[in-house]
Amino acid sequence: MKSRYLPLLLVVGIAALPFVTDIALGRSWVRLLDFALLYAMLALGLNIVVGYAGLLDLGYVAFYAVGAYSYAMLASPHIGIHLPLYVLLPTGALLAAAFGALLGAPTLGLRGDYLAIVTMGFGEIIRIFLRNLSITNGPAGIDLIDPIAIGGFSFSASHTLFGFTLPGIYNYYFLFVGLTTLILLMSKRLEGSRIGRAWAAIREDEIAAKAMGLNTKNLKLLAFAMGATFGGISGVLFAGFQGFVSPESFTMNESVMILCMVVLGGMGHLRGVLLGALLLAILPEAFRPLAQLQQSAFDQVYLDPANLRMLLFAVALIAVMILRPEGLWPSPVRKRELHDKEGDDRPLPPSGQPTGSDSVPGHTGVSAADAGGVA
Amino acid sequence: MTPLLRALGVGKRFGGLAALSEVRFDIPEGSIYGLIGPNGAGKTTLFNLLTGIYTPDEGHFEFGGAPLPGKPHDVCARGIARTFQNIRLFGSMTALENVMVGRHVRTRAGLFGAIFHPAGERDEEAAIRARALELLDFVGIAHRADQVSRQLSYGDQRRLEIARALATEPRLLALDEPAAGMNATETATLGTLLQKIRATGVTVLLIEHDVKLVMGMCDRVAVLEYGRLIAEGPPEQVQRDPRVIEAYLGAETTA
Repeated sequence: MKSRYLPLLLVVGIAALPFVTDIALGRSWVRLLDFALLYAMLALGLNIVVGYAGLLDLGYVAFYAVGAYSYAMLASPHIGIHLPLYVLLPTGALLAAAFGALLGAPTLGLRGDYLAIVTMGFGEIIRIFLRNLSITNGPAGIDLIDPIAIGGFSFSASHTLFGFTLPGIYNYYFLFVGLTTLILLMSKRLEGSRIGRAWAAIREDEIAAKAMGLNTKNLKLLAFAMGATFGGISGVLFAGFQGFVSPESFTMNESVMILCMVVLGGMGHLRGVLLGALLLAILPEAFRPLAQLQQSAFDQVYLDPANLRMLLFAVALIAVMILRPEGLWPSPVRKRELHDKEGDDRPLPPSGQPTGSDSVPGHTGVSAADAGGVA
Repeated sequence: MTPLLRALGVGKRFGGLAALSEVRFDIPEGSIYGLIGPNGAGKTTLFNLLTGIYTPDEGHFEFGGAPLPGKPHDVCARGIARTFQNIRLFGSMTALENVMVGRHVRTRAGLFGAIFHPAGERDEEAAIRARALELLDFVGIAHRADQVSRQLSYGDQRRLEIARALATEPRLLALDEPAAGMNATETATLGTLLQKIRATGVTVLLIEHDVKLVMGMCDRVAVLEYGRLIAEGPPEQVQRDPRVIEAYLGAETTA
């Protein structure tokens, strides 16, 4: 019963969310929702690299930048080219994928910390290039970017529906919801596929994976390219949505923030990553009134509201990582990984003769479901 | 009959230490071939050379009449699967998933298949699952299919590793001390399993400390000491070889 109505409820809830938000909190919060969805797409992309294949990427924002700048340059007066979205979305995605492979090819022999440092460098290189090249208009960035439009429908313009005038942020909200759903579905299918299993195997034990015939280099490259593709798509949307891009949008802080979303939500678990992304995108704003409370309480501003906001945010992050290292909403597997060491790792009793008999089908021991119990 | 695997003067040095030198042997197809030797004799090094984890400094292997490729995954694709001395399963995946990973090298579905689920991909996925279950049954742990592999008992983990290796459809199954840490009953069960594997036409290469298991089961045995092959032949002959006795029991104190 519950499960039958749940999807319907979800759809209605998602459709109603911007309207409710607008009425309850104001229009700027709807805009925030749009950004939260962009972050969700980014986090889902990074999840493929970090969560599935287990490769620590600290320069992920570079692919976001590649997507954003590809749209900005080919759909603005900057060069004077105005290509349509159906050309630019695949272009941005493919370009980002190519950059993903470019980064991956020379670095995939590296592991763990070393890979993290190289990817961090890569992210910075891209940003510095954007800052210093003249075709990207340097630090000033590119503005007057064409809004996202499909056919004659411009997403930035207001549209009237049933007598209500809906500003562009509503259009973008529904576009982003649609694309996030698509990326979610693709991720889900990848996870359960032959490729997804291979990624998981590499994450678990690379040497064993190689010995089982997995071409780990190609598979890692594929993970990088796939993650980058989603990053590029988000970048294209960001450029069209914002109408302006500059190198300052693509700092290392952004990479770290996206990584936080993945880790905080629950690496490798789609619902967790989605939750992490939405939460971290919205939380800093949610702390804004708290910062203003200071003024009324002490009659004086001791701490700059912006700093206080980030301080609270940091404390919240640290608290979550201490109390729930596996993330807010982890996959059952990840939960097991982190709680096993504390007593649940007791092996099952050995099986009997190797006859393939199923005389003990529901054999007790630690079942997958209760194995994750907090030790 | 041409041998399935030939070691042709294989050698490996680590700095100044010659871990292996001039190793030559032929493994006949369909046999169970034992490789024994005291600790540090170079058995695992030989395994790592064979499976492409190390590159030989001299000589090479010939498998099915052609030289072996260098990369581990290519070696596996050619038909050599292995297990590890210190079990290396994909710990947080289930037993079934572990074996399904083994099917990777014999299946094809790529990104497109994963995302769009065409009929071909669905059939392949079903076949992977069915074959994996079959193999779990073959090694006797089908009832553990949905258990997380890390939680399996030691003996079951060893058997799961064998099932995973068999999933790659090897012509040669190389086992690195499969009986290590097993009690007598488990070792006997393992022996039965190895006979069963051989009966399916797979050649078995066995590195083992347990001399009794090796002598009782192998068709031929090679003995390594200090990186050199000191004896090779049927077990009964090798057992009588004075150099083998010396290596295992120490030199006789003859005047």
